[in-house]
Amino acid sequence: MKYIDEFQDPELARRLLDDIHATVTRPWALMEVCGGQTHSIIRHGIDQLLPDQVELIHGPGCPVCVTPLEVIDKALEIASRPQVIFCSFGDMLRVPGTGRDLFQVRGEGGDVRVVYSPLDALRIAQQNPDREVVFFGIGFETTAPPNAMTVHQARKLGIANFSMLVSHVRVPPAIEAIMSSPNCRVQGFLAAGHVCSVMGVGEYPELAERFRVPIVVTGFEPLDILEGVRRAVRQLERGEHTVDNAYARAVRPEGNPAARAMLEDVFEVTDRAWRGIGVIPDSGWRLSSKYRDHDAEYRFSVDGIRTEEPAECRSGEVLQGLLKPHECEAFGTLCTPRTPLGATMVSSEGACAAYYLYRRLDMPATKTREATPVV
Amino acid sequence: MDVEAWTCPAPLRDRPRVVMGHGGGGVLSAELVQQIFAPAFGGEVLAQMGDAAVLSLGGARLAFSTDSYVVRPLFFPGGSIGDLAVNGTVNDLAMSGARAAYLSCGFVLEEGVELDVVTRVSEALGAAARTAGVEVATGDTKVVEAGHGDGIYINTAGIGLVPAGVDLRPQRVVPGDVVIVSGAIGVHGVAVMSVREGLEFGVEIKSDCAALGGLVDAMLAVTPDLHVLRDPTRGGLAATLNEIAQASGTGVVIRERDVPVPPAVANACAILGLDPMYIANEGKLVAFVPREHADAVLEAMRAHPLGADSVIVGETVETHPGMVVARTGLGGTRVVDLPIGEQLPRIC
Repeated sequence: MKYIDEFQDPELARRLLDDIHATVTRPWALMEVCGGQTHSIIRHGIDQLLPDQVELIHGPGCPVCVTPLEVIDKALEIASRPQVIFCSFGDMLRVPGTGRDLFQVRGEGGDVRVVYSPLDALRIAQQNPDREVVFFGIGFETTAPPNAMTVHQARKLGIANFSMLVSHVRVPPAIEAIMSSPNCRVQGFLAAGHVCSVMGVGEYPELAERFRVPIVVTGFEPLDILEGVRRAVRQLERGEHTVDNAYARAVRPEGNPAARAMLEDVFEVTDRAWRGIGVIPDSGWRLSSKYRDHDAEYRFSVDGIRTEEPAECRSGEVLQGLLKPHECEAFGTLCTPRTPLGATMVSSEGACAAYYLYRRLDMPATKTREATPVV
Repeated sequence: MDVEAWTCPAPLRDRPRVVMGHGGGGVLSAELVQQIFAPAFGGEVLAQMGDAAVLSLGGARLAFSTDSYVVRPLFFPGGSIGDLAVNGTVNDLAMSGARAAYLSCGFVLEEGVELDVVTRVSEALGAAARTAGVEVATGDTKVVEAGHGDGIYINTAGIGLVPAGVDLRPQRVVPGDVVIVSGAIGVHGVAVMSVREGLEFGVEIKSDCAALGGLVDAMLAVTPDLHVLRDPTRGGLAATLNEIAQASGTGVVIRERDVPVPPAVANACAILGLDPMYIANEGKLVAFVPREHADAVLEAMRAHPLGADSVIVGETVETHPGMVVARTGLGGTRVVDLPIGEQLPRIC
């Protein structure tokens, strides 16, 4: 493929790989936080090319995967109502709730629409003043600013029939939760570049220092990831643990001040449940009371939903880096993209989906590796 | 872990109603056909499961195919539903080696659609038929109430003669065959998406919609011993390669960097989180050719205007039968899977 070639150049990749191979003397376990990075790693076979001593652990950074079942069920309930036009990014439509997904709601007559931007949903609200338009606002710090801006616009323009079902999550508290786990094997992080392009890197030095882990801000193309690995391994071999920006073409230390200001105006920090993991303190955003009129949870009575997770699904351990997808007994048998038990198998950024889609051929040969104990 | 045990679970078990994915050309579409339509209809010819059925009638070998067109919007850069309705069916016939001779044309019109639109679509359809060298021989018109359609739906069916000595079907594919793609992939799907969703990708992307009968003629003139041809429409190149791998029982290996993806398509897909290998095409074909004929066939394809950018992207192998594997640009490998239903734009 002849695109984004400069970030997929085999010759440059080879040089980076040679450097990594020459640097590594011991086993190291790195976690890539973002599901987009996971897919890039598996899709391009980067993990196959790294030295055996470098293990990449897949983190919780798939926004679709970590959206709690309760919120999915609320979305299904709201989307089923006849007066509602329910708008969502495409990859949420196939995520299983308790017993069904948004595609099935649409098959049953629900007005569920795929949009490419929350502003599209706002436009639909303007065009359908007699309907209730609800946008499914999920994701990390990357999708939160445009969603916040959309709510801000709805209020400014007085579009009363627009509301948002919000389940945003924040990365730094998740890193803290992972590192605080007694079972944690992670020794370094490849931080998600697009998250840092919004939030900057200000939240990371304290984490790097407290847990004595290098945190390297990393992009998504193959060369970005190899460079992130190279810098993380170099720090680990030297016994260092600093925050390093390997994605300077997109990330400024201060992030995007305008986006951050919009987040502060519209959202407030809250405890948030992560699917498969549980509640992480201060790890989410919800609409602040100032914007309560546009909060779908407030507008539609959807309390009292009883959720039921499949007992066989171990996606929580996958999301915490405690289990590789193929080490789950249900992987590829009970659980496939066709019949997913959990969101990690169905999301376009899910680790289980990446292994199923790209790695089936290699599964029998996959090794379980021991990493160096956490420093 | 036993990869062989990875079978698809009970079909349709959790889908009591039709969802859009049933029409996406992937796993769900196949289940619909295999579990509902084929058992209900029966028949030896249907069991061929090709894009066109090849049947004997009065001593002649006929190719017979039908397709329905529900594209939205009706007009898009590089074509219209009228062009698609001709080229799609003509190409289904061409993939069995037949030159389309006659088409039927059924219009389902929605109450309220402007007659000017019907005229423009009809004129486009007629022009496409003339270009393809095929005659519209019969037709039908129905009107449905407002709100029960997207303006115009078209069904076409076509017949053509299969030349003597031509036998194109996946079962003829053997390990060592060469896989050729006739040009840039993903163009039609991105062109339609750009206008349907109001997305702009910097440069206009025009559909590659075209009739491929002439290109197939040029290939068959080199040798009638082509093993299989397919036009990678719904589900894109990935679905087509998987279908052939599974039907032939061979493995397919492609070199990812050799797959021709135009920068505009690649960029659009990168923005939307889509894989070009799964995007629909309307004027491209994939050929599985015996190795000894590959160079000559490739040369003939490149000499034809619709095959000028033809390229060898891979070959068939004995290992991993039924699976498609890509060698990545960096030197790794990955499975290229059959899509479940439709591709979905990702969240970020």
